[in-house]
Amino acid sequence: MKRILAVDDSASMRQMVGFTLKNAGYDVTEAKDGQEALEVAKNKEFDVIISDVNMPNMDGIELVKNLRTLPQFKFTPILMLTTESGAGKKGEGKAAGATGWIVKPFNPEQLLAVIKKVAR
Amino acid sequence: MSIDLSQFYEVFIDESFEGLETMEAELLNLQPGEVESEIINNIFRAAHSIKGGSGTFGFNAIAEFTHEIETLLDQIRNGERELEANHIDLMLKSIDCLRDMLRAIQNDEPQESEDAKQLTAQFQAILAEQVAPSGASSDSETEEGEPSQAVSAPAVTKVTNIFDINFTPEPHLFKTGNEPLFIFDDLAEFGELEVVANVQSIPELAELVAEDCYFSWNITLDTTQTEEEVLRVFEWVEDDAKIEVKLVAQFEEEAEEVNDSDKETTEAEAPTQDNELAKESPKSELAEVKVNDGGGVTPPSDKNATASKKEFRPVAGKTKATEKSKSDSSSIRVGTDKVDSLINMVGELVITQAMLNELGEDEQFDHSKLTALREGLAQLAHNTRDLQESVMRIRMLPISFVFSRFPRLVRDISQKLDKQVELTLIGEGTELDKTVMEKISDPMVHLIRNSLDHGLETTSERIAAGKDETGNVTLNAYHQGGNIVIEIIDDGRGLNTEKIKQKAIANGLIEETDGLSDQEINELIFQPGFSTADQVSDISGRGVGMDVVKRNINALNGTVEVASEPGVGSTFTIRLPLTLAILDGQLVKVGDNIYIIPLVSIVESLQVDMNKVNSVGGGVDVLRLREEYIPILRLHELFNHPEACQSLQDGLLVVVESDNEKVGLLVDDLLAQQQFVIKSLEANYKKVDGISGATILGSGSISLIVDISGLVKMAGLKKPGQAGLDFAKPLSEAV
Repeated sequence: MKRILAVDDSASMRQMVGFTLKNAGYDVTEAKDGQEALEVAKNKEFDVIISDVNMPNMDGIELVKNLRTLPQFKFTPILMLTTESGAGKKGEGKAAGATGWIVKPFNPEQLLAVIKKVAR
Repeated sequence: MSIDLSQFYEVFIDESFEGLETMEAELLNLQPGEVESEIINNIFRAAHSIKGGSGTFGFNAIAEFTHEIETLLDQIRNGERELEANHIDLMLKSIDCLRDMLRAIQNDEPQESEDAKQLTAQFQAILAEQVAPSGASSDSETEEGEPSQAVSAPAVTKVTNIFDINFTPEPHLFKTGNEPLFIFDDLAEFGELEVVANVQSIPELAELVAEDCYFSWNITLDTTQTEEEVLRVFEWVEDDAKIEVKLVAQFEEEAEEVNDSDKETTEAEAPTQDNELAKESPKSELAEVKVNDGGGVTPPSDKNATASKKEFRPVAGKTKATEKSKSDSSSIRVGTDKVDSLINMVGELVITQAMLNELGEDEQFDHSKLTALREGLAQLAHNTRDLQESVMRIRMLPISFVFSRFPRLVRDISQKLDKQVELTLIGEGTELDKTVMEKISDPMVHLIRNSLDHGLETTSERIAAGKDETGNVTLNAYHQGGNIVIEIIDDGRGLNTEKIKQKAIANGLIEETDGLSDQEINELIFQPGFSTADQVSDISGRGVGMDVVKRNINALNGTVEVASEPGVGSTFTIRLPLTLAILDGQLVKVGDNIYIIPLVSIVESLQVDMNKVNSVGGGVDVLRLREEYIPILRLHELFNHPEACQSLQDGLLVVVESDNEKVGLLVDDLLAQQQFVIKSLEANYKKVDGISGATILGSGSISLIVDISGLVKMAGLKKPGQAGLDFAKPLSEAV
């Protein structure tokens, strides 16, 4: 079973993402911000990480940078959840080492399609 | 797989309300001109989450409206625009508007609101000023945010394209987590695929960096997909690779069947939708010509994507919201520590139960086991009490839930009154029962309005009085015994005792000769229809008087008092029981029945001295107790128990107080005092006058709880609208 770490500060988004992915048979761990996600990631391996950008304590960009410094996450697909489809945030995410992105608002089907792009 | 998004609505709405609260609190911290990035970021993040969530869950009106707020915030955050006072005002109004929209969702009403439209127009007016909207982030977002309007026609014609693709990634490709193989797999789903890897760039083993990508690929794809769609597969790697897509050949095939309406929209709105080969209408032929002209290709599957988006959106707002709105705020957030302690208690309870069980199963039970049994029972009592307390703690929330709305209130009112006010909150962490909390909010709003409007002087008056020109209002909450005390303190002019007295005399509430103390006169402001304001302002004193405040607080088994010193200020003190569900009660015997009188309302219990009893009109007896005359109610008459003792001498009189009125209740005897859990009589039977509820006694029998304020009314002692002073004041000649 593919393991996914879902990071979002908004409880409703986190639940939606978590529920959708669990329903699709993924093993999902949730974290409420970058800091928590990084702690979790240090103790467990994941096949995909999907993270919001704008979060308190540690934002998604910082999280990607930090994760990429960990050997076990060097090549792990990391997807950003972003409302900002402008080049700015995507570029920043890419520069930090993100694999791809999904633009909010998205529906569960779209989420699964994107996850399938990297987890198979 | 379809997922019912409505299951997340409640969480979304809860967190949005929280987000709005954060926004409000932070906005109030902002000063025009100076922008603290931390504060702006917090506001932005909250708005951003609401926008993201509302878009995802299909509340488009909210998403679009929040987008305007967010755009303005973004400009301020990036230093593109100065923060002005009217921006703060506008955003505060927007927060109110968003709250209404969220409530509309809860109530299953349409979220679209006139306010939102007006406010949107105001935002757009601001955004249109000088600075151009920050291009990248906001504009393009709107485009992607609203693709649901796009045409959703199925691909009409089958056009087969053959692409030659060269894909040369940068060496660091793998470190972005992208996998070329997956890309090829995706392409393979589009049609016939041929991939040739170029390996000539692979260096000697000694120079090879294992983590780098040295390959490039030549790909031939035979597909019905368009170039755009093919490029989309490479979307995530386009910055990390050289990608060249060449259309080398194109074939057209027979059209599939199309329904007419779809086609019309296609033609009307998308002139580039050109590769149609439908035969029925001449229009299609035109389209066909265009194909040959332009040779351009549009992505049909892009439309499939938007079509599916559309599908899930519009219905989302409706469906299940009704059930949830009924359970309105019935959910409660509980700290895990509280749940943990609860689990601990249950654990201990289970142990105690096991121990008692063992004792019970022991066949040689004798006196020597009695001590153990008693210990076990004591343990059980202890566990039960702990468990009860823990469960009650779950319902306890910090009063900051109520306090947090007051900074905004004070800001708005002080602006309207043109007074400078500083609000201080103390004891925000003080906990009280959720139900009490919900009901205390309105009375507090009223008292705060009153303090700002009537209590605090105008700036010029304050300067003239030698006071600091900024008035102070302090809210202070703390626990005292089993009560929570909330004080509303202002340093204003204080109550005008003389004016109150004159007004009370004019209203016939008191007589000049009554000789009330200043304190007693001040308390008169809680009487119905009492307002000393010379003119009714729209802030306070518009008919909802202090009497309503008092009545609401009394309904919670609480009290409100005022203390005031002329020129120094006033303090309103609210005292409330921590919870409504459990009360301390006095069991009393009336005939064969046991009633419960809430301990808080009992003043004293005594044997009646017949020399001090007078009969007044209407068959009512009054007892002269010290300087007061107290009407006597015979519970056995009210509740129809002829077997109870009839005479005043034989029984006991329990003096109770409600709404500042004292009444003596005749009962046969006083029994034990105990805590009891209130069960609603209305929910289980029907409403009974004079009874506020029921509870189950230790013996298993049911006992009714006497409704003190209801009893007073039932006995016809208190006529509606009339001040209940007749019995409370020391009467000189009334009797």
